[in-house]
Amino acid sequence: MSKMHVKLTVNGKQVEGLAEPRTLLIHFLREDLKITGPHIGCETSHCGACTVDIDGKSVKSCTTFVAQVNGADVTTVEGLTNDDGSLGVLQEMFREHHGLQCGFCTPGMITRAHRLLQENPNPSEEDIRFGMAGNLCRCTGYQNIVKAISASADMLNAQKEAAE
Amino acid sequence: MIPAGFEYHRPGDIASAIGILQEYGDEARVIAGGHSLIPMMKLRMAEMGHLVDLQAINELKGVNVGADTVTLGAMVTQHELITHDGLGSAIPLIREAALQIADPQVRYAGTIGGNVANGDPGNDMPGLMQCLNATFELSGPDGTRSVAAREFYEAAYFTAREDEEILTRITIPVPGAGVGQAYEKQKRKIGDYATAAAAVMLGNGQASVAMTNLADTPVWSESASAALADGDVDGCVAAMLDAIDPVADNRGPVEFKKHVAAVMLRRAIARAQSRAS
Repeated sequence: MSKMHVKLTVNGKQVEGLAEPRTLLIHFLREDLKITGPHIGCETSHCGACTVDIDGKSVKSCTTFVAQVNGADVTTVEGLTNDDGSLGVLQEMFREHHGLQCGFCTPGMITRAHRLLQENPNPSEEDIRFGMAGNLCRCTGYQNIVKAISASADMLNAQKEAAE
Repeated sequence: MIPAGFEYHRPGDIASAIGILQEYGDEARVIAGGHSLIPMMKLRMAEMGHLVDLQAINELKGVNVGADTVTLGAMVTQHELITHDGLGSAIPLIREAALQIADPQVRYAGTIGGNVANGDPGNDMPGLMQCLNATFELSGPDGTRSVAAREFYEAAYFTAREDEEILTRITIPVPGAGVGQAYEKQKRKIGDYATAAAAVMLGNGQASVAMTNLADTPVWSESASAALADGDVDGCVAAMLDAIDPVADNRGPVEFKKHVAAVMLRRAIARAQSRAS
């Protein structure tokens, strides 16, 4: 099967590569681009550990062919740090509120929560639980993940207010 | 979990897509959101030489809410159905059901066209479209034709769509003012297919009832709908239990599924009634 020329924007940088169309986006990110934030968890579209942001949507990169996202703008957990490389608000709040234990689900959780807060800057606890339903964690029981996202919303809103 | 190889096509209009299907015959298959097809390809239960991605075809996009009808492009995602401004007030049933499909990530990718065209008895939208008496538009080498949702499903994964046709558009009559609608779905966990689900529309002397995942096709029942229109809830439930044909699987034995079906249907009827005026 011949390879196709793939051009993507990943975390703000233009990247190019050759890949078979059947290559899953998660494999292209991890193996070709060495972007190993998105994790391979279940590989069956259930767990959300591979979640990345594609053109403003949360997408499971294990259920996406690289061919489908040719030309797209992709953000992974690596792209959610501050410009100076320090932890972004969601990352900091997950640390502060113990929103992780083993950390395996965390890149997917944070990337999904990022989009959730873009769409709903003032989510209720129920909104957060419903909006995070595509991400599974086997350690924490979710309580602290919900707290971390709620605290992130408050902090982002305070930052926005201060900037205005 | 790496699928078999294929050539990738991304046509820019419906005619080009049909041309590719004609050229490669049963070697080719269309992909919309891919969240039913790609898992099957990863399991090597689906293999094809040519994958025809519909994402760049603008004719397949867009929600149009008119006074009498709503039209949905086949590539409209579940997420768009949920967030669209006018659709939620024109036909609230669609949003209510879409919110119960899969999980947020899947709803950004999954499309209404893929959901209804795949013919998976577990999918929620086919039953819903039968309840609403929607019409599916199919485009193929010989032009365009329409098939009623109530006539579309033949068996699991077998529909009235021919191999070289693409389901392009769905047209739904807007239920009159005062018609109550409800979708009730029993599932084992978030993201699961229904153990049983019921779509009900009721009001102005009319009623329509359809159920999901209780046979190898969605089940719309004329006699159950007629009984409900006459105000006979018990008769409606009895007629529907007679029409469904569930099989035992990991969601439970037949008797359990029939029990859940009746509970879902009664709940949907009660909620539709409370919303009718």
